[in-house]
Amino acid sequence: MYATSYHRASSVEDAVKLKSANEEGRYLSGGMTLIATMKQRLAAPSDLIDLRHIPAIRGIRIEGRKVTIGAATPHADVAASRELAAICPAICKLAGHIGDPHVRHMGTIGGSIANNDPAADYPAGLLGLGATVVTDRRSISADDFFTGLFETALEEGEMVTSVTFEAPEKAGYAKFNNPASRFAMTGVFAAKTAGGIRVAVTGAGASGVFRHPGFEQALASNWSPDALSNVAVDASNLMADMHANAEYRANLVKVMAKRAVASAG
Amino acid sequence: MTKVTLTVNGRTMSGECEDRTLLVHFIREKLGLTGTHVGCDTTQCGACVIHMDGHSVKSCSILAVQASGSTITTIEGLAGQGELHPVQAAFKEHHGLQCGFCTPGMVMTAVDLINREGGHLTEETVRAGLEGNICRCTGYHNIVKAILAADAEIAGSRQAAE
Amino acid sequence: MGVEGIGARVTRKEDKRFLTGKGRYTDDMTVPGMKYACFVRSPYAHAKISNIDATAAKAMPGVIDVLDGKQLQADGIGNLICGWMIHSKDGSPMRMGAWHPLAVDTVRYVGDAIAIVVADSSGEARDAAEAVVIDYEQLPVVTEAVAALASGAPQIHPEAPGNLIFDWQIGEPDAVDKAIAAAAHVTEIEILNNRLSPNPMEPRATLGIYDTAEDHYTCYTTSQNPHVARLVMSAFYNVAPENKLRVIAPDVGGGFGSKIYIYPEEIICLWASKKTGVPVKWTSDRTEAFLTDAHGRDHVSKVKMAFDANNRITALKVDTIANLGAYMSLFSSAVPTYLYATLLSGQYAIPAIHANVRTVYTNTVPVDAYRGAGRPEATYLLERTMETAARELGISPAELRKINFIRSFPYQTPVIMNYDAGDYEASLNAAMQAADWAGFAARRSQSEAKGKKRGIGMSCYIEACGIAPSAAVGSLGAGVGLWESAEVRVNAVGTIEVLTGSHSHGQGHETTFAQLVAGRLGVPIESINIVHGDTDKVQMGMGTYGSRSGAVGMSAVVKALDKVEAKAKKIAAHLMEASEEDIVIENGELKVAGTDKSVPWFQVALASYTAHNLPSGMEPGLKETAFYDPSNFTFPAGCYIAEVEIDPDTGETDIVQFVAADDFGNIINPMIVEGQVHGGIAQGIGQALLENVQYDANGQLLTASYMDYAMPRADDLPSFTLSHQNTPCPGNPLGIKGCGEAGAIGSPPALINAITDAIGHNKLTMPATPMKVWQALHSAH
Repeated sequence: MYATSYHRASSVEDAVKLKSANEEGRYLSGGMTLIATMKQRLAAPSDLIDLRHIPAIRGIRIEGRKVTIGAATPHADVAASRELAAICPAICKLAGHIGDPHVRHMGTIGGSIANNDPAADYPAGLLGLGATVVTDRRSISADDFFTGLFETALEEGEMVTSVTFEAPEKAGYAKFNNPASRFAMTGVFAAKTAGGIRVAVTGAGASGVFRHPGFEQALASNWSPDALSNVAVDASNLMADMHANAEYRANLVKVMAKRAVASAG
Repeated sequence: MTKVTLTVNGRTMSGECEDRTLLVHFIREKLGLTGTHVGCDTTQCGACVIHMDGHSVKSCSILAVQASGSTITTIEGLAGQGELHPVQAAFKEHHGLQCGFCTPGMVMTAVDLINREGGHLTEETVRAGLEGNICRCTGYHNIVKAILAADAEIAGSRQAAE
Repeated sequence: MGVEGIGARVTRKEDKRFLTGKGRYTDDMTVPGMKYACFVRSPYAHAKISNIDATAAKAMPGVIDVLDGKQLQADGIGNLICGWMIHSKDGSPMRMGAWHPLAVDTVRYVGDAIAIVVADSSGEARDAAEAVVIDYEQLPVVTEAVAALASGAPQIHPEAPGNLIFDWQIGEPDAVDKAIAAAAHVTEIEILNNRLSPNPMEPRATLGIYDTAEDHYTCYTTSQNPHVARLVMSAFYNVAPENKLRVIAPDVGGGFGSKIYIYPEEIICLWASKKTGVPVKWTSDRTEAFLTDAHGRDHVSKVKMAFDANNRITALKVDTIANLGAYMSLFSSAVPTYLYATLLSGQYAIPAIHANVRTVYTNTVPVDAYRGAGRPEATYLLERTMETAARELGISPAELRKINFIRSFPYQTPVIMNYDAGDYEASLNAAMQAADWAGFAARRSQSEAKGKKRGIGMSCYIEACGIAPSAAVGSLGAGVGLWESAEVRVNAVGTIEVLTGSHSHGQGHETTFAQLVAGRLGVPIESINIVHGDTDKVQMGMGTYGSRSGAVGMSAVVKALDKVEAKAKKIAAHLMEASEEDIVIENGELKVAGTDKSVPWFQVALASYTAHNLPSGMEPGLKETAFYDPSNFTFPAGCYIAEVEIDPDTGETDIVQFVAADDFGNIINPMIVEGQVHGGIAQGIGQALLENVQYDANGQLLTASYMDYAMPRADDLPSFTLSHQNTPCPGNPLGIKGCGEAGAIGSPPALINAITDAIGHNKLTMPATPMKVWQALHSAH
């Protein structure tokens, strides 16, 4: 790891101020990706602004069917929330399969989505739920937030403070692990929301997480795994690597989509 | 250099380190607690697992400065001097270790798993709970056996106490 | 005999320190003034080095010095060698290219060491290593063995034209060709054995300490054989004479072969400690381990197996190309020859065998012994061929094996080995019964009803352990003897230290070796300490590999114990005024047989040291040394059965059950033996389903971390069902055969035979990843 300077923010305002004072700095949440990347000397922020000690952005709040998850909430808390599981078990299941138990104790939803790893789970969850990302300065719909591989709509210095969504009528998540890294080689989140059917795919797209309109249309007329059987998955926009070529990923996208729908009930 | 203060195994300890120093290196090199190991660079093997504020974490992926102010338990502090925690005892009884290198992380992971889900662990949930720990010696067979035995033992003594 | 003797399930003496964080591994060692090393490594797989400029690096904070290969060469440090001479079939010696510990003019694989930086902290050392400026002239690259032999392939070493190291053969080519021509059936198959990275969880590390006043070196290192390290560093690498070099391998976190070899880093850290005047510690990170620890396997073979009309094998013909990587590692030449081709008879009576083996250089990490070393390659080849043959011949795989089993011993194979004992059908039957082979058809129907594909497969393996005798391996080209030594040191109060040249890095020697002594003398196991891993403490040793610690290392302890007991009996006889022949040792006492006269063990020990009342002319003391050189290899064997269920939608393989039935000869501690088998099976399953070292066309290692190299995790594996059908080994005093590698040898073909059974055809290579299995299911065959 290259040398860096650490700052612990006490509030959102404090964090944003620290960030603006250190242009080459980065926000640090759980650090499960950022620290690992820095260790490999693939990232070299001059400063780190630690967000884990800001009480206002930590925790899960549920009002009726409206869910707000603070950006610094660890995956383990989301996975274990009984209140959340009562209205949206799929997001708990998704969080419970990120990384491993130790990673889930540190890694946070805000850190995960701000990084937007193409094989991360949360981007599929948020896109599938039609969630809204709240920052220190505005609200961004998930459709607009994830813009490409490790790319988001966040501006320089902008900080995620929470994620909100309406609990869906039904939702399911199915993930096929990369055999080595255990990241999603393909993960599909399917949801029946107030705004319609949404199916989001992670781990497979060459440009990161994406929605699958073909699946959504098929499920709109018939919410069942079988409805997807004859929907084509275009392999040409999918990732290819030594673990899975695009053709195999296309197959996994369909199989996981069916399983996501099946698990949603 | 930044001063880091931690409560480690019940004692308050301080040390100076660079901000880039990983918690695992701080524990090993500044505090001299070498039971916590480093087996990979990518947050996967789990040889470095400790408990921070009551939860299992990978100390290779946390900066020492990030952890400053927290309460930490390492393998050295799991049981009293000369004693074995029931999980440690079960690993010995069931031959859940060979070379010993992954063992501290495995034991700390098992204790955390039993803390969270203890009393009704199954082979499947134990194997799932070990997702973040790699052992190259045992094929996990006896580790799984040891954790199930420790879980039953701990649940039994809890029940007896009630 | 007490409850802690041979055969008892004794929990391990060493466990408490590992369980409480008190294990002491090389990276845990610190000495005053110690500094940290980082190696500058080649980012290219093949390049000329035209210039190394360390000016900027040397000026960086904390840097003590930057040293390169020219300085190392100028100080007379020698090149790394391969210690086993193989001659090609034309009689010419193997063509070994020069391996400089620090590359001087050419780098030949990504990770090849070029310079060492010594600095106050590991972070500063790494910062400075990045600042060393090296001018490279890139050269063309070849990573695959077959491609390296093609005409026009990039030339890697001037000493080895066409990249061919040797072209070696064993067996009778004419007899084999004749048998194939006359065969009722010939099964042909091409076999790929995938390249693996051993991955002990403790990365390699070394601490070199030079003492100016004494002109003496100490090397802490992650080694399976510290004495061999000292021998090689003294005799071949010119680091220091043996009396000026102490090598300590403290607790070592697994080896699996990869810590047998003496790597450049040990040599360089010792030398750098003298150059810089400070102790120098280097600890590998995991990516560095993938880039520099010797890899294993990587064979491509063509096989023909001939059968007569009664389904008896009449001949086996094998043509193998083995990839040895960029340099010849210490025992690399022995692995695809004497540890591989000599096992090609398997458990079967095959009248004629011929194997041709070509070994080649490529721009990849050097390849050497990894758990099993040659024997997994032989077993995988044979057992896939047998399975394929059974399907082609339309008989059951068990039946085909039974028809061809060797049934009388000793049995001389056509490829050197003389099998001493075994009962192959016993293991086959036990495994089939444990797996409920007969009930498989019903289970398959149940799986089909769920839309799953189910398959079952077996593998009957044999291996050779305790490589010996020394004179024989010497005649085959080995550069060292393969005996072991032991010293049994009885203290004045009767407690005992056993010093052994075997090294324990997970195998539990501190327990099993103590069990041997406790059983013989009837003294408590707590009164016995096993000392190993330090050349200043233990007289000499050849180390631990090839499942030799029990068969060879413990046999040396037996010999030393024989001497100790003989002397103790003489003293006891003298003390009790009895005849020496009447003395028996039982429950910690020396008794006069048939009487109630006895003296306790500690009293005899004390008498030997007070020397007040010893038999006339007897030397004081009770301490004996022995060297043991076995008369033959040992031959563990067994049968493994895997049953799998495949999800046709994803290609994912679920191992429904895994059964192992082994013959290890006599067993010292069943608990530890089972642990060895579990670990071996897990590594075998890893090879079959998950693990694969992959390079791109430029020689960049694609699988350089656990992000891309799939290690078996707990949820990839089932629990295993084990049993033993032991026939004692007649070749050593304890009847031990060895158990360390069996699991890794027997399991890959069982898995792949089960998967090919499930998918209904034979076109599958390891590792059988979900994608490959899915492709195999959905491609037209």
